[in-house]
Parts: sequence; C-alpha cells; structure tokens
Amino acid sequence: MSDLQELYQSVILDHNRKPRNFGPLDDASGSAEGKNPLCGDQVEVAVRLDGDTLSAVKFTGSGCAISKASASLMTAAVTGKSRAEVDVLFERFHALVTGRLADAEITKESLGQLVVFSSVSRFPIRVKCASLAWHTLRAALENGDASIAVSTE
Amino acid sequence: MTDMTHTALAPRGDFPLLAANPLLHYLDSAATSQKPQTVLDAITHFYGTANANPHRGAYALAAAATDAYHEARETIAQFLGARDSDTLVFTRGTTEAMNLVANAWGRTHVQAGDEIVITALEHHANFVPWQQLAKSAGAQLRIAELTDDQQVDLDHLASLLSARTKVVAITHVSNAVGSITPVAEVVRLVRAHTSALLVLDGAQGAPHLPVDFDALGVDFYAFSGHKLLGPMGIGGVIGTRARWEECQPWQFGGDMIEWVHDMDSTWNVLPHRFEAGTPNAADAVGLAAAVRYLRALDMTAVRAHEVALLEYAQERLAGMDGLIVYGPPADARSGVLSFTLEDVHPHDLATILDQHNVCIRAGHHCAQPLMRRLGTSATARASFYVYSDTRDVDALVHALVEAQRIFAPVDA
Ligand SMILES: Cc1ncc(COP(=O)(O)O)c(C=O)c1O
Repeated sequence: MSDLQELYQSVILDHNRKPRNFGPLDDASGSAEGKNPLCGDQVEVAVRLDGDTLSAVKFTGSGCAISKASASLMTAAVTGKSRAEVDVLFERFHALVTGRLADAEITKESLGQLVVFSSVSRFPIRVKCASLAWHTLRAALENGDASIAVSTE
Repeated sequence: MTDMTHTALAPRGDFPLLAANPLLHYLDSAATSQKPQTVLDAITHFYGTANANPHRGAYALAAAATDAYHEARETIAQFLGARDSDTLVFTRGTTEAMNLVANAWGRTHVQAGDEIVITALEHHANFVPWQQLAKSAGAQLRIAELTDDQQVDLDHLASLLSARTKVVAITHVSNAVGSITPVAEVVRLVRAHTSALLVLDGAQGAPHLPVDFDALGVDFYAFSGHKLLGPMGIGGVIGTRARWEECQPWQFGGDMIEWVHDMDSTWNVLPHRFEAGTPNAADAVGLAAAVRYLRALDMTAVRAHEVALLEYAQERLAGMDGLIVYGPPADARSGVLSFTLEDVHPHDLATILDQHNVCIRAGHHCAQPLMRRLGTSATARASFYVYSDTRDVDALVHALVEAQRIFAPVDA
C-alpha cells in the first residue's frame, strides 16, 4: 500500500462519511470545544459519566477526514471505559500518531480499530488533525460541564 | 484548448529551489514566492562587499552600505511608480506596514464617533489593525460586503461612505480568492464622499499587476517583498508626502531621531522618521534585485502569463464533479484558483496533492471573515507566478482526480 492508501484506508473514509456518535448528547456531564486555528477544524465532545465509567460520548463539528474519523473512532473506543482506561488509551494513541509507539505495540490487540491511524506519524502535518478530538475529550473529562476551548497549537 | 506552450515566463533554472526539485509543482506563490539566484547573489554581495551599519560611521564602508540601501529604495520606489523615493518607508512587510499606518496616522486622526471602512475580502493584516484601532478609539468599523463572485460590492461600499469615514482600507488583490479591486472606481467613490485616508493592501497587487503609485490616487500602498521574488523580512509602504506629514512616529530609537534632549526629542526627515533602528539593508538590496528581475520580465507580461494559466486551468477543470471555484472571472482575478471539492476537505486535498509533489495552500488564508461569508471553514488554493507553467496545472488536475478517486463512495 502507498502511504496515501494507508492514510486514507477504508475504515477512515467510512468513519469520515458516516461518523458514529455524531450529534448532541442529552444529559451530558461535561463537554469541551477543540479548535485547530491553523486549518479551522472544530470539534465539540460531550461526555456522560456514570460514576467512573464513560457511559456515552458524542461529538459534533467539522473538519478534515482525519479529524472526523479520529473523533468517530475515538467515541467508539472509549465508550464504556473508566477514566483510567481512557487515559491509557489516550497515551497510546498519542504515541502512535507521533511515531513513538514501538512497532510491536502497533497491533489490533493493543489499539483496536485505532490501529488504522498508524500511518499518520508519517504525515507530521496531520498529527494535530488526528489528536484534536482526543485533547478535547480529555478537556471535557477534566472540566466537568465547563465548555472550554482547546487548541492543539 | 488555449493555445499555450509549456513554457513558464521565467526559466525554472533561475530559481535554485525549483532547479533542484524538477518534479516539484509549487502552486503556493500567493503565500510566498520562490527566489531567483540573482536575489540570493545580491544579498550575499551586500554582506560580502558593503556590510556596515547604514547611516552610521564616518568611513567609506559605511558609506557604501548607506548607498546600497539608498539605491535599493530608489529602485523599488521606481518599480512601484513613486517618483519621490523618500516616500517609500521600509517595513518587515505588509503586516508591519498596516500597523504602521494604523498607529502613525490612525491614532492621531481617528476619534470616537468616526468610522473606518474595510471590506469582507481583507487579509487579517488589513483587518485586525483597523478593528483594534476602532475599538481603542471608540470608532465604528464598517465592512463592505461582496458580490456573489467575491468582488467588493461597490454599491454597498458607496453606501458606507460619509463625512464620518476617516479611513478606507482595502485590498488591491484578494489573496484568498484573487479578486482584483477596481482601484480607480474606489478612489473616485472615496474622494467624492469623504476626505478619508485611503490605504491599499498591495501584498498581492505589487507582485502580480503593474503598479503606478503616482497615478493610483491612493494615500498609502503597502507591500511584501517575499511575495514578489524578494527575501522574507522586507517590504514597505509608499505614501503621499502630504499624508506622511500628518503621521506621528510610531517606533522610537536610533536613526529616526534628529536630536535627543533629556526630556524630549525631535525627529529625522522622511523616510527615516518611520524607520527606527538598524534597517534591513541587505534584504532591501535583495528586493531591489527582485524588482529588477520582474522589470525585465515586464509586469504586463507577468499579468498576461497568469491570466493564460488561469484560463488553461479553468478549461482543464471544467466539468469536474463537485468542484466549486471562488472568485470572479479571469479578467478580474489574479493568478489564484481558490476552490472546494465536494466530499474532500481542503486539508485532505493538500495532503494528497503533496504526495503528488503539488504544493497548494489549504485553510482560511488568513481571511476568516471571508470564509464565514463563503459558508466554509477552508478552501484549497493554487496560485501561479512567473515560473508556473501548464505542467503545474496538469499535475494539479491529475492529483485532484486522484483525490476524488480516493474519496469516491464505495457502492454498497
Ligand atoms: C492580501 C495580503 N495582505 C497582507 C498580507 C500579509 O503580508 P506579510 O505576511 O508579508 O506581512 C498577505 C500575505 O500573507 C496578503 O496576501
């Protein structure tokens, strides 16, 4: 596969076209807005916590295929997880897209569907696109119901 | 097909970066142009033969530096049609030039209740300085809206002009969509209805159109050297002497003073009054080499070359599904192709094009107010210059088709 085919593989294109968990979230316990001023990407992530469990995550916004697919796949990956588990996944995802994850860890077992973002590290300009939703999720979790602006700059 | 050969107006071989990358299709000249060898040589030559601090030091070498700087000013002023070269004040570029005018003229002339008129086309460099001046002075910012093909709506502009209008600041050519402002019309309207300061943002005008400052009838004309084959970090603003006389110094320090007393100072003459500190003489000399290069090409030919490329691109792109091109027809548009492609975000386009060695800009082009009016957060923009040719356009079209193929819906 060429770099491009790998970046824009079918899972990513599919989530771009039909984002999952897209729309407003009722009874949100927290939300945050993330922006990438460089390209105008914008995402709002809303979370509902049941105790320590992330029982629902939804997002709205607009952006490129990478940012939209990343937000979509993220919501699927973190729903039902505890805060601690989300933190672990965040770190692993961030290491993946910035090229700091050991090859042996770039597996479906360790990353689930997020493994489709493995080629992002070869497109340094796109790392922010892939990580915007994650930074925003983290802000939503940390800030209760305050809506804050996250910038990946 | 338009009758056109592959040839660029300027040989690629003149541009070291393009010569070293024969497969590169650089279509982002509206952001910054590539530099010919003659510009790089001029800078090296200045540092190698005339490097001393201009205007300081009573020795021959310092005089050589001063002369080189002075000659650069004359060459550049002449290229832009200003006979009085002392009315050209060097700045880092258009951004600093606009801040200069907003501070040096605006702070002492714009008061509460006054109005500042700009347009919805403006680059942030010609938007935010006026917005902030209006805010601090208690003046009102008025924004002239656009026609359906993103030209300044002259009727709307006229309706905003009144005795309250103190500044009209407007772009000569839009960087985001390429619209060329009909300057003569604007001058007529502004002079008929106001005694306002008329400022033109020439960042995209000076590189792509013949500019004759003395004939334009505007008060200030700002430009950036790096967009017209010159180095980064040098540009300037030309003003009429009468308007410069109305300005107060805005940066203070060496060179701009005449005499410094303990409790007050007096100011040097134009242009030095507005050039505080050691000037960027080397880059001014580089920019002078750039305008000599452009003069030899002839700016009328530069414009014709860009129109031909635009028309060729329009033909090649005609009928492409889901393509929206912004801006007016080629005769009212600079060499800018600003577009969106349905279902493919501009940022994704830029990545795919980059993989095909095609450099374009994707984003808001420092014109967020315009993007809001277009109802989009970003466009893709290909822009042409003297070294662009039809092969660059072909590569662009090829890569766009590829992008569409990648993003085509898989039939269920
Ligand atoms: C129309 C316009 N105005 C102003 C600017 C600002 O120029 P600079 O960044 O060189 O100061 C630019 C370039 O980015 C421009 O295209």
